Amino acid sequence: MGSAPRRTVVDVAAGVASGALTASAVLEENLAAISAREKEIHAFNLVTTERARERAARIDADVKAGKHIGRLAGVTIALKDNMCTRGVETTCSSKILAGWKPPYDATVVRRLADEGAVFVGKTNLDEFAMGSSTENSAFGPTRNPLDTSRVPGGSSGGSAAAVAAGFATASFGSDTGGSIRQPAALCGLVGVKPTYGTVSRQGLVAFGSSLDQIGPFGTTVADSALLMEVIAGHDPLDSTSIPQPAPSLMNVLDEGVKGMRIGRITDMPEGSSPDVLARLEAAFDALRVAGAQVVDVTMPSMSYGLTAYYLVAPAEASSNLARFDGVRYGLRVDGKDLNAMYGATRAAGFGDEVKRRIMLGTYALSAGYYDAYYGKALKVRRLIAEDFAKAYAECDVILTPTSPTVAFKFGDKTSNPLAMYLCDVFTIPTNLAGHAAMSVPFGTGEAGLPVGVQVLAPALGEVPMFRVAAELERSV
Amino acid sequence: MPEPISRETVAKVARLARLDLTDAEVDRMTAQLAGMLDHFRDVDALDLSNVEPMNQPIPLTNVLRDDVVAESLDRDEVLASAPAAQDGRFRVPPIIGFEE
Repeated sequence: MGSAPRRTVVDVAAGVASGALTASAVLEENLAAISAREKEIHAFNLVTTERARERAARIDADVKAGKHIGRLAGVTIALKDNMCTRGVETTCSSKILAGWKPPYDATVVRRLADEGAVFVGKTNLDEFAMGSSTENSAFGPTRNPLDTSRVPGGSSGGSAAAVAAGFATASFGSDTGGSIRQPAALCGLVGVKPTYGTVSRQGLVAFGSSLDQIGPFGTTVADSALLMEVIAGHDPLDSTSIPQPAPSLMNVLDEGVKGMRIGRITDMPEGSSPDVLARLEAAFDALRVAGAQVVDVTMPSMSYGLTAYYLVAPAEASSNLARFDGVRYGLRVDGKDLNAMYGATRAAGFGDEVKRRIMLGTYALSAGYYDAYYGKALKVRRLIAEDFAKAYAECDVILTPTSPTVAFKFGDKTSNPLAMYLCDVFTIPTNLAGHAAMSVPFGTGEAGLPVGVQVLAPALGEVPMFRVAAELERSV
Repeated sequence: MPEPISRETVAKVARLARLDLTDAEVDRMTAQLAGMLDHFRDVDALDLSNVEPMNQPIPLTNVLRDDVVAESLDRDEVLASAPAAQDGRFRVPPIIGFEE
């Protein structure tokens, strides 16, 4: 649909390593695509053209000189603008951070750089990752490259659009309640939300600290597997990082699904459109044909996940966003004393959705309401984890839609926050439980737009999850 | 569940959150928060009396590191991005004098 042809991470890395491709040539293809379409798409808050060119040239020189090069040599990558990049503006698509240049790189950024990645720029998001359409950015919305009258999903909409439009070979987002998987589904990409604690959160601007994970957007399942192998694994700088090495995923992709048990939720929340449900059925059929067994499971608490999430996430956000007070970073609006400066800075710096969630979270945590709201939400969170545990006694992975619908039109859900929140009904339970999940493109629905099927797995279930995702990809 | 959220409560929460809201924002926020909190009553259908709250998904305890000096952030680089700095410190308006 007018987008540049896309290269895969695996092909670029192999091509650059062998000398068949140069990092500079790959980058110039992306920059040409950006020149042609970025005005219309607005995937980026910042394109770091000169830095990227210098880096690509250095990698090409290293290849020529026969020096050691990494697993991602020459792979062009776009980063969601809530990941710290040393000396490069990091805004979270918020006025309150405009102009801030972090004094350090996020662990994920460092690991990618160590393997030879070339960073193209910082991508647009819903302000502080709060949203499901990228319409909440202080710098304007991102458009879906497949149909520019529609949203790319969110909150990592810029990262999804950047890959879908051929602006980068792959990209990274963060997923607090579905912010990688939903935009991946809406833009026809593979998007991974790793098990909580698998990927370091150090240098990711915190939204909901018990929910956030960084993960990749790729064109293929293999690309996503390779990127996961690079970024996962223990980081002493994140105290919630699980102390074990990253699992091998590339070598399980061809194992097939024979004998695997695929869960189908019989009491799944309603509201999905028929085209999406038809693709989900087709996915079950494909896995059955490939030798898997489909088993019925129940998740009676699933529909309560939204309620639990929209109390837990704002509560954590209200605490995390207290640091944006005009003292250490970004915007300051002067006041007669410190408190007046805080109130004025935050009023001017935060957008409507962020203010709404800070208010909701502060209220849910305040004296007299804690037990009725936040405390209850944490108990619902436990029920969801227990329901998952029972389900995973019967099956290896569970399949659901990623999003109840294909990409929707701009403005469709902006007037009603609850309608927007419903976009995440299938993705949220994974974050509450700390589990792994990924979205895999599986054909098209309404208006020829992509439909994503979500593969859910238990904590540290990345291996079975990637096996099933690879099988789905083979059978599209 | 508690009473529906009032305008006064919203204004108080805004003060706690250090957010200067306009009167119009307080009105709008009161209606929106009331709508959401009403929706959240769906969990009243669940029996939660014997359920333990879950604070974090993958509990790790006593995460410690060796007590050795490691690299830390460069002070000048940190202060370079602050709205106001002086003599190697963040500069802020007077702290004494506000009412609470």
